[in-house]
Amino acid sequence: MTENKVKAEQPQSPETVLKGIPASPGIAIGPAFPFVKHAPIIDERSILPEEREREISRLEQAIARSHKELRKILEFAEQKLGEDKVKIFEAQLMFLEDTVLFDAIYGRIRSELKNAEFVVHGEIEKYHRIMLAAKDEYTHERAHDVEDVRNRILRNLLEQRAISRLAGSAIVVSQNLTAGDTVILSRNEVLGYATDIGGITSHTALLSRALKIPAVVGLKTISHMVQDGIPMVLDGYSGTVVLHPSEETIKKYVAKRERYQEFEARLAPLRDLPAETLDHRRVELSANAEFEQELDFIKIQGADGIGLYRSEYLIVGKEVFPSEEEQFSRYKLLAEAMYPKRVIIRTFDIGGDKLMAESAEEKNPFLGWRGIRVMLDRPNIFMEQLRAILRASTRKNIAVMFPMVSNLKEVRQAKKLLDEAKHQLRKEGLPYDARMKIGVMIEVPSAAVVAEDLAEEVDFLSIGTNDLIQYLLAVDRGNDVVSSLYQEFNPAVVRFLRRIIERGKKKNIWVGMCGEMAGDPMATILLLGLGLDEFSVVPKMLPEIKKIIRSVRYSEAQRIAKKVLKMKTEDEIKQFLRATMKKKFPDIPVN
Amino acid sequence: MIQREVSIKNRAGLHTRPAAALVKLAATFKSEFFIEKDGIEINGKSIIGVMTLAAEQGSMLILRFDGDDEEEACNAIAELIERGFDEK
Repeated sequence: MTENKVKAEQPQSPETVLKGIPASPGIAIGPAFPFVKHAPIIDERSILPEEREREISRLEQAIARSHKELRKILEFAEQKLGEDKVKIFEAQLMFLEDTVLFDAIYGRIRSELKNAEFVVHGEIEKYHRIMLAAKDEYTHERAHDVEDVRNRILRNLLEQRAISRLAGSAIVVSQNLTAGDTVILSRNEVLGYATDIGGITSHTALLSRALKIPAVVGLKTISHMVQDGIPMVLDGYSGTVVLHPSEETIKKYVAKRERYQEFEARLAPLRDLPAETLDHRRVELSANAEFEQELDFIKIQGADGIGLYRSEYLIVGKEVFPSEEEQFSRYKLLAEAMYPKRVIIRTFDIGGDKLMAESAEEKNPFLGWRGIRVMLDRPNIFMEQLRAILRASTRKNIAVMFPMVSNLKEVRQAKKLLDEAKHQLRKEGLPYDARMKIGVMIEVPSAAVVAEDLAEEVDFLSIGTNDLIQYLLAVDRGNDVVSSLYQEFNPAVVRFLRRIIERGKKKNIWVGMCGEMAGDPMATILLLGLGLDEFSVVPKMLPEIKKIIRSVRYSEAQRIAKKVLKMKTEDEIKQFLRATMKKKFPDIPVN
Repeated sequence: MIQREVSIKNRAGLHTRPAAALVKLAATFKSEFFIEKDGIEINGKSIIGVMTLAAEQGSMLILRFDGDDEEEACNAIAELIERGFDEK
């Protein structure tokens, strides 16, 4: 037991908690292994004409050895990782086989009479620098590959061995890990990776996820803080690292590990299967997200994407609105984390009270200054958000959605501002997805009534049932006196939903739902039968909802929906659905 | 010496695989081959060079060929790019 070993060491060192970026899910508890790699030091030396050929052959050998190392990594990666992850190493091998590049290098060694290290470094640096300056991320990533290859050749020229062995099981702590390091070290018993630098799309992150090794990156200074063998805990779900954890802390993380393992075991069989009915109607099953939980979705790969990202969580507890830059980096992170899956960002859905300085007492905030109404009245704030969203959309997996829309004019105004934001970015030369999809939330009854008009303006509709039901039934669910009148299965609600879905489909756009009802197992078959195209649910409900969808026929769900549409009371509907669930899914608890 | 202007058609641009296909095809010709984009010129037979161009969908490239088989080389390579490297 690593836990026991950990406890025995250095009991008196104070516990230190570090926060980084969660890069690969899982919890590791064990001793630290500092992985130190020195950047090759390149000196400029002149060589004698008669040393030329010796220098050339030295370089040839270094290239051959680098080639051998990379082939070894590639083979290992092919066994353990998917084909797409192997591409990183294929690109590096291709650079190594670039005869034009190496002919230029050999040529310079011969004509300038300089040592191989100096010429290799200088020649490759030319390309490296241009790639780093490129605007697109793809080329940026390739710049790192070029750097890796260069350092590999240089290390072999300097005849330094790569460290790839560690004794026993440990958490590897390093300033930075290349793709090759991450893969080759994993041949040992690596419990986790912790690095100073790197983001969610770094090679360390991508590969440790594929290798199923917990990882936290972006810890800034951790490589300076650990000594060989000190006890540590690494939480790849939340991005937390604890050095010298107390007994209590270890206990807490052991419990968390068990909890997550259980959850993942339940989800595992469904994870890679589509949300598809027995007769092959494929719907989208996405997750609702707030920021702090967002990275958890990476591990919950059962989701087709994020169907609702509540951007207002960026404001919670803050005095001022986050700047365009701050928003851009958060949205970008989200888009990268989920890529190629889609992320639907809902623009700030706040009440007037969130705008401190201008806070006007509202007698009835639910019927007041909320959502898109606030944003249209504060175009400067809205514009910053739209610009940030657009700028984060370059990988084409972001969509935007407007909350609390109650009429067509609001949609047109919002779209006009979006066009204005695009225009600005174009003028500034900043890239964005020109075809970013736009959606509207249907949560105000008036919007539902004119859904077909709104549908003509946008790419999708997403039904927000929580508010829609409150407004439709005139019930405040927070008010105990009337809360029992808040009924998801009220016949008026069901018929209203059918209407919205039908109107959207008539205009050939998809209709989803991101309210609580989408994650209620008792509603799943009904919603499916009503023709809903997308379910966005709280992550913990993903396995259940997917299981239900995969266990019914669409034709059967349609029959059930038809029946329900004829029922006249909520009790009748609930009874019928409960009985249906009990018969088909005795193991799924319903209310 | 001949030259031709082409635009990148495939969605992902000149990423690793198309770049590799381009370099591989270029290697079958004797002519020298250079590509220019936004004032940067690189050797079209070098994968690292081609990747440096960071050519996205819609980018304009100037292809330059010099040698005995420049005509064939130009036609073959321009066609490969225009076809979008047979990608979607």
